[in-house]
Amino acid sequence: MSHGAAPPRRERVTGPRRAAGRSRRMSVPSEIDARTPLGEVYMQSLVRSQLRLAVGVVLLLACTLGALPLLFWLFPALTRLHVLGIPLPWFLLGFVAYPFLLVVGRFYVRRAERNERAFTDLVDPQ
Amino acid sequence: MIPIAGVVAVMVVTAATLAIGAFGLRVSRTTSDFYVASRSVGPVANASAIGGEYLSAASFLGVAGLILARGADSLWYPVGWTAGYLILLVFVAAPLRRSGAYTLPDFAHLRVESLHTRRAASVLVVLIGVLYLVPQFQGAGLTLRALTGAPSWVGAVVVAVVVLLNVVAGGMRSITLVQAFQYWLKLVALLLPISFFLVVWDGQGSPGTGRLQVTEWVEPLTGPHALYLTYSLILATFLGTMGLPHVVVRFYTNRDGRAARRTTVAVLGLLSCFYLLPPLYGVLGRIYAFDLVRDGRTDSVVLELPSRVIGGPLGDFFTALLGAGAFAAFLSTSSGLVVSVAGVVSQDLLSHRFDGVAAFRMAATLAATVTLGLTLVSSGLAVAHAVELAFAVAASTFCPLLLLGIWWRGLTAPGALAGLVAGGGLSSAAVTATMFGVSAQGWFGAVLTQPALVTVPLSFTVMVAGSLLTRAQLPRHLSQTMVRLHAPEHLSLDRGSYHPEKTTVRRRKRPSGAV
Repeated sequence: MSHGAAPPRRERVTGPRRAAGRSRRMSVPSEIDARTPLGEVYMQSLVRSQLRLAVGVVLLLACTLGALPLLFWLFPALTRLHVLGIPLPWFLLGFVAYPFLLVVGRFYVRRAERNERAFTDLVDPQ
Repeated sequence: MIPIAGVVAVMVVTAATLAIGAFGLRVSRTTSDFYVASRSVGPVANASAIGGEYLSAASFLGVAGLILARGADSLWYPVGWTAGYLILLVFVAAPLRRSGAYTLPDFAHLRVESLHTRRAASVLVVLIGVLYLVPQFQGAGLTLRALTGAPSWVGAVVVAVVVLLNVVAGGMRSITLVQAFQYWLKLVALLLPISFFLVVWDGQGSPGTGRLQVTEWVEPLTGPHALYLTYSLILATFLGTMGLPHVVVRFYTNRDGRAARRTTVAVLGLLSCFYLLPPLYGVLGRIYAFDLVRDGRTDSVVLELPSRVIGGPLGDFFTALLGAGAFAAFLSTSSGLVVSVAGVVSQDLLSHRFDGVAAFRMAATLAATVTLGLTLVSSGLAVAHAVELAFAVAASTFCPLLLLGIWWRGLTAPGALAGLVAGGGLSSAAVTATMFGVSAQGWFGAVLTQPALVTVPLSFTVMVAGSLLTRAQLPRHLSQTMVRLHAPEHLSLDRGSYHPEKTTVRRRKRPSGAV
């Protein structure tokens, strides 16, 4: 009885939709696996976002820690300043540099994981 | 100084190292156990092990020595060695783990799919490894001399033998535990004495500050070519860390790319705590042990301070503790280097004639013996400077290979090979000349002592130009490789079929019941 009713329903519901879905688009993972232009765009968006973040961190490092020798060389008076009784270069390089590097590192990890979550949501929304 | 305390300290560290190594012996079974501990290491143990492996004789003894001798400009050594991990974190950590490579040659092979480039990378791993090992053995020699009065070669031989026993017996699994233990030993060994010294110095009414007011010592950038030398040092240390063979092999022990990042941040934290201490030894050395500068023995300052500041039984105890910490530094770094050099030599040079484990043991023995020979004939550069030269070679070779390989699709095999040869050839020529005491005047001399600022941009340029000229030769599986390097592991994507144990040149099957 139910056996007789089922086949027509199956034909009507799944048949046409499956065909339409296939012709319209593939899943994102298979776009990437098949190296279609769209798949490459997805991969590039991930690589670019991570590269932008990494380059940002390096620029930050270059403009702070990396700029110190140049600053000390251009303005020698800076090297004679004292903080808490310690000469400024010793204070910055002996103490401040380390927590600074650690904070930048933690910031990077949070942002990098966020980029990866965004990519995951795009590729595999479940 | 009572030699007994020092001898006992060294023996205790050695025995503990071998005991923990023996514990690991029972779990080392296959080739991949030897190289990477089969990825069963927890994140805390792994971060401590990376810290323990990284903090070498240069960090434990050399930094304080250089600060005593040269002052403010030397503060860049520890800062650069820490910042190197930040650069490694942002550009390399996760993709390198995701690549699945055990070693740098594996990575080169995966990315540019060329055996020639792989071999060039293997040669460079051996070169960098040996350059880095020589100052470790040298540091061991001077430590044992400071503790017991034994001639310098004795310490070098002791370290070589212990490292070999340990590595040959247990491989990476055992040294992971050994190194995690040694990070904490090194930290305590520096922290405890310096706290006492500072209290004593304060109690004496802070004497000797006059010695700290010397302009060329306390102010940075006072010598000739100082700006060039400082930036060259910065470039070498910031970019060299990612190209050190014993650092890279550690990333495989993380579970996935995300864990690799988190471990690297933990390492940054551990290094940051440690590197606050050596400069204090250098400064106190300036006050209490200034004669070491005149005698050219500044690398011993960490070991000399206890007898100068406190003396008596407590001083002897601290000397022994510092000696133990220094020995921990030599043993852990040397073990890591010997493992990674031996891994590469056995995989790429010996594997077609011997099975995996036998080739690995043979290569380890070879690496330690060659280094021992070189240590005895080299000219005894300051330990921290000698180590930094190995960083300069790494920054001029593997840094461009990794950065361009991971982030630029255009890198080709001929381009990579040309860059490795140009950067590696020039930087190692400069470094070898410096290590064997060749010196020159003026700008050329400055470039010889700190080559990175010249050779790193050169190597990048050659790699990019070479790749652009051979644009048609992009590797066949480039797209899958990029997916493999960058996509999070939980996504099911096609990452190619690369596996380090299967792709090696004529590699034999895993040895079944070895060890």
